[in-house]
Amino acid sequence: MAQIKAKQPKEPLIHITKRDDMGFGKSVIVHLIGIAIAVILSALLIIAVTGQNPLELFKAMYEGVIGTPAANMGINKKFVESIHIAAILLCISLAVTPAFKMKFWNIGAEGQVLMGCLTSAFLMLEFGGRIDNTILLILMVLLSVLVGAIWAVIPAICKAFWNTNETLFTLMMNYVAMTLVSYFIMVKDRSGRSDLGILNERTGYGYLPELFGRNYLFNIVIVAGVVLLMYVYLKYSKQGYEISVVGESENTARYIGINVKKVIIRTVAISGAICGLVGFMIIAGDKHSIKSDIVGGQGFTAIMVSWMSKFNPILMIPVSMLIVFLSVGSKFATSAFKVDNSIGDILTAIVIFSIIACEFFTRYKVNFRKNRKEG
Amino acid sequence: MSFAMLIAFIQQSIRLSSTLLLGSTGEIITEKSGNLNLGTPGIMAGGAISGIVGAYFYSGAVETINPLISVIVTLLCSLLGSLFVTLIYCFLTINLKTNQNVTGLALTTFAVGASNFIGSFINSKMGGTGIAAFPEIGKAYRAPLPFADKLGWFGEIFLSYGFMTYLAIVIAIVVAFVITKTRTGLNLRAVGENPATADAAGINVDRYKYIATCLGGMISGLGGLCYVMDFAAANWQNNILDQFGWLSVALVIFAVWRPNIAIVGSIIFGALYVIGPFLLGLSNKDQELIKILPYLVTIIVLVIISIRDKKENQPPASLGVSYFREER
Amino acid sequence: MKKAAIELKNITKTFGSVVANKNVNLTVNRGEILSILGENGSGKTTLMNMISGIYFPDEGQIFVDGEEVVIRSPKDAFNFKIGMIHQHFKLVDVFSATENIILGLKEEGKYDIKKAEKNIKEIAEKYSFEVDPAKKIHEMSVSEKQTVEIIKVLYRGADILILDEPTAVLTPQETQKLFAVLRRMRDDGKAIIIITHKLHEVLSLSDRVAVLRKGEYVDTVETANTNESELTEMMVGKKISLNIERSEPQNTEERLIVKDLECINREGVKILDDITFTARSGEILGIAGIAGSGQRELLEAIAGLQQVQFGEIFYNNPKTKQTEDLRNKTPMQIRELGVRLSFVPEDRLGMGLVGNMDIIDNMMLRSYRKGKSLFLERKGPKDLAQHIIDDLEVVTPAATTPVRRLSGGNVQKVLVGREIAASPTVLMAAYPVRGLDINSSYTIYNLLNEQKKKGVAVIFVGEDLDVLIELCDRIMVIGSGRITGIVDGRNTTKEEIGLLMTKSNGGESGGTN
Repeated sequence: MAQIKAKQPKEPLIHITKRDDMGFGKSVIVHLIGIAIAVILSALLIIAVTGQNPLELFKAMYEGVIGTPAANMGINKKFVESIHIAAILLCISLAVTPAFKMKFWNIGAEGQVLMGCLTSAFLMLEFGGRIDNTILLILMVLLSVLVGAIWAVIPAICKAFWNTNETLFTLMMNYVAMTLVSYFIMVKDRSGRSDLGILNERTGYGYLPELFGRNYLFNIVIVAGVVLLMYVYLKYSKQGYEISVVGESENTARYIGINVKKVIIRTVAISGAICGLVGFMIIAGDKHSIKSDIVGGQGFTAIMVSWMSKFNPILMIPVSMLIVFLSVGSKFATSAFKVDNSIGDILTAIVIFSIIACEFFTRYKVNFRKNRKEG
Repeated sequence: MSFAMLIAFIQQSIRLSSTLLLGSTGEIITEKSGNLNLGTPGIMAGGAISGIVGAYFYSGAVETINPLISVIVTLLCSLLGSLFVTLIYCFLTINLKTNQNVTGLALTTFAVGASNFIGSFINSKMGGTGIAAFPEIGKAYRAPLPFADKLGWFGEIFLSYGFMTYLAIVIAIVVAFVITKTRTGLNLRAVGENPATADAAGINVDRYKYIATCLGGMISGLGGLCYVMDFAAANWQNNILDQFGWLSVALVIFAVWRPNIAIVGSIIFGALYVIGPFLLGLSNKDQELIKILPYLVTIIVLVIISIRDKKENQPPASLGVSYFREER
Repeated sequence: MKKAAIELKNITKTFGSVVANKNVNLTVNRGEILSILGENGSGKTTLMNMISGIYFPDEGQIFVDGEEVVIRSPKDAFNFKIGMIHQHFKLVDVFSATENIILGLKEEGKYDIKKAEKNIKEIAEKYSFEVDPAKKIHEMSVSEKQTVEIIKVLYRGADILILDEPTAVLTPQETQKLFAVLRRMRDDGKAIIIITHKLHEVLSLSDRVAVLRKGEYVDTVETANTNESELTEMMVGKKISLNIERSEPQNTEERLIVKDLECINREGVKILDDITFTARSGEILGIAGIAGSGQRELLEAIAGLQQVQFGEIFYNNPKTKQTEDLRNKTPMQIRELGVRLSFVPEDRLGMGLVGNMDIIDNMMLRSYRKGKSLFLERKGPKDLAQHIIDDLEVVTPAATTPVRRLSGGNVQKVLVGREIAASPTVLMAAYPVRGLDINSSYTIYNLLNEQKKKGVAVIFVGEDLDVLIELCDRIMVIGSGRITGIVDGRNTTKEEIGLLMTKSNGGESGGTN
């Protein structure tokens, strides 16, 4: 007996229980606190690196995103640029969302976008000048979308039929895509520098036209369309409804006669197709060049954006803007100090850590040990 | 391929394999506890840059570099650095029960970014030549075993590597032994397979996950250190460890979660990665294409094990799922 | 006075807004078997989970041998020599029996499987268990797995054993063996708690019975001084004669004909064998049997969710007068054939409904495909949801409330309401009143009776024999995947059905499964 008494443990200090759904208002507050913590941490980091005055710093970050009115004569070129970067991230986030909603962990967006880039670049080089530019652009869109879809569907088929782990499969596909791009560059490049430079620089074949005299605007308009379509698709279409059912419970889906395999393959194909479209936008509407790291990890960041936005297309707009603006702004603010631009990645990660960490408090309740009278 | 080239090829393969072996051995321990840590590339970069930081301060503090002390300092720095990075992942996924995929990817973003940042900083302090290099320390890491040059081809194939290569194999064997042949290993596997069962059997699930993930992270971090110090001879380059991090994750699958198979697997992966230049007559571009092979092979293995559906070869059953005891 | 092995005082546990246990008091002594009796959902398992360290109580005290203790985790429970055998076994599938048994132990000396196997064999001999220590769990039958679970707690030296519904998955022979083992352990001086809702088991096995009702403690009585009707009264609150209405079947036609059906489950075990029966329109066909005897698979085979190895399933379409073959058709194909088949599955929130969706979206599960539009039509489902909420008196804040936040009875009303709204010709319901309070249960019985009067062929899988006997026109009894008898609901007794349930393999020798 004495032995048992000696071992007698205390009541746990912290005891965690699941909570009922938190009200919307409370949940917003928790997330805002998370974002605030992220901004403070970011500012502290930049101050530590540069030793700048915080207010100056935020001003510099703001200018980095919006641009200074004087320098732009009212034409906020810089702002359009920032919006465009956010738009690309937003579009990839939208792409991965339907698959995620179905609990298909496609982390291969990076590779799927890259395959879209590769297809577009290939067509630009092969057919630029040989066929009408409009036809070329249409061909680029269609084939990029198709190739992106195929790249995503391969793991989806294995998942549907053999339950192959899609996280690991899609991850590997990223690197296959990167190697293919490196190979393509070496095949096309005669200079031996492993760099194709700007494609069709003089001719501009396969370039998306400027809209209202602005660069990037074409892409932004496309992304706005995708946001709207995706919102409607997920919320109001029958296919979107099927995605929700499969994601919530495969058993229910089978019970009501949904062909789960078909839905998995179809949904992932849509994901891949949008990724392919982003690939096209990057090549035709922005970079006009190709490198194996041209997607720059946005395929991965997009996964986190989609998750943080709880798969809500509208919510993804502010979330992707937050991440991009913080990263662009901080790069600008620190550029005078010759700070490596990888600081943007660090800040992105800090924002994500803060937001996913605060999610815990919306799902669980933390109970501290109560002082109880001796019984 | 001539005999000398063959030996050089084997040597190169094995040199690179140590990085992959350490990386994947660490990830195997982590995954056995049910944590899918996609932060591995970040952790490896973190382990590597921490070693470089150690090298920077040590070489700045002393007149002449003592090989032994330099190795100890960099090893310790690397272990601490990767431990720190892994703890972020542990806290978020185990305590705050965040999604493991998202957390892991964010961790990779964070740690790769941070290591690039620090790397650039050290580089600029060292004159801004584009690389941060510590040749003496690299030499210490690459010092072969005694008699390596006296035993002909035998010495060259088996004894000519730095200590990290042997350390990697020893760690892999020890980990394989612990996982399959000890009580701790049994408990660890139970945590990854079915945490509720492990919990009901009196195993502290969170503690096992913490320890396994941290230990795994530190071993993976050594993989990163091994690459910069040994393979790259103490040169730091931004972003270099990304691909080896993902290859290490791939190797975990290739080895069906067994470190002893990972030893062979890492050499195969290493060989596929470095074989290009040794295949005479192969153009640059075809050499590049060969680099696809490790990933392709991994995909094939992944598909085959899912088709065969043999219970013993599956990923740990609760891989990627956070555990909460009062879930219902 | 001898101190109780375990004493609970005023234990309360809530999950969110659900009160699972409220001010429960309980004692169990060494050398006795205590039954905890209560309906499904009365909080038996939750209570025991707090003793075994899975849950932590919100309020109340636990005493072991008279000392107040705090049990934070299963490990703490082991230190107090408390071991629990969960209803859903806590075993690692890819491990052997031995590996599972020694899991988590800190034994002296080196890790030695051979030695552990020897110890296991000794325990097995002492209580006459049959077990192969090297066999992997995923290759074992249910009763073998249970044996492993029991040895697991004994191996840890537990002298307070808790068993959660241990007989739910056993054949009668296996149950008798288990009871013999439990009696031997009691005589050995161990304290044993068995959770059950089966009265005859309580009476034949235990020394005392503690009764819970809706999470609250009712009383503890000596088994010797009580009887079935008294216990039932304690369990359900008041003595009930069910008085379910039963009309005479009208215009019966053969609606669904199943012939020589044979199914194999995922593990390759024959789960249904030689099943032949007819379901008629305008009558309720009951299906009785021990849980897991193949009831679920039978309904799923008819609904197109379970692969059929052999046999036929015919449906006579009352409109076209044609006979359709449903065998191995998908649910979609069955629907396209014009078969109006409704199915209320056992797993309400995991199969019949989507917990995270609201009532309206759950209504759409059946109807969303209607029309050629690419988009959803929410008006119809919305009206239907409101209709069901009003008609069946579903208690919910709104039609837009996720169904997982409703209580069990209301969830079931939503599900049954939706299935009936599809105006079926065949309605299959698996355990439709499980976990429901009396009022909700009667709502469901009435709904089934209404359907019967409308000429629907109703198939009702139940566990409560009293209900089956009062509700059904015919009762088909299944034992180990075979039909052991089909009896007339009006002229049968509980004893007759009980006997058929325990008779496996259609009257041939009672082999193991």
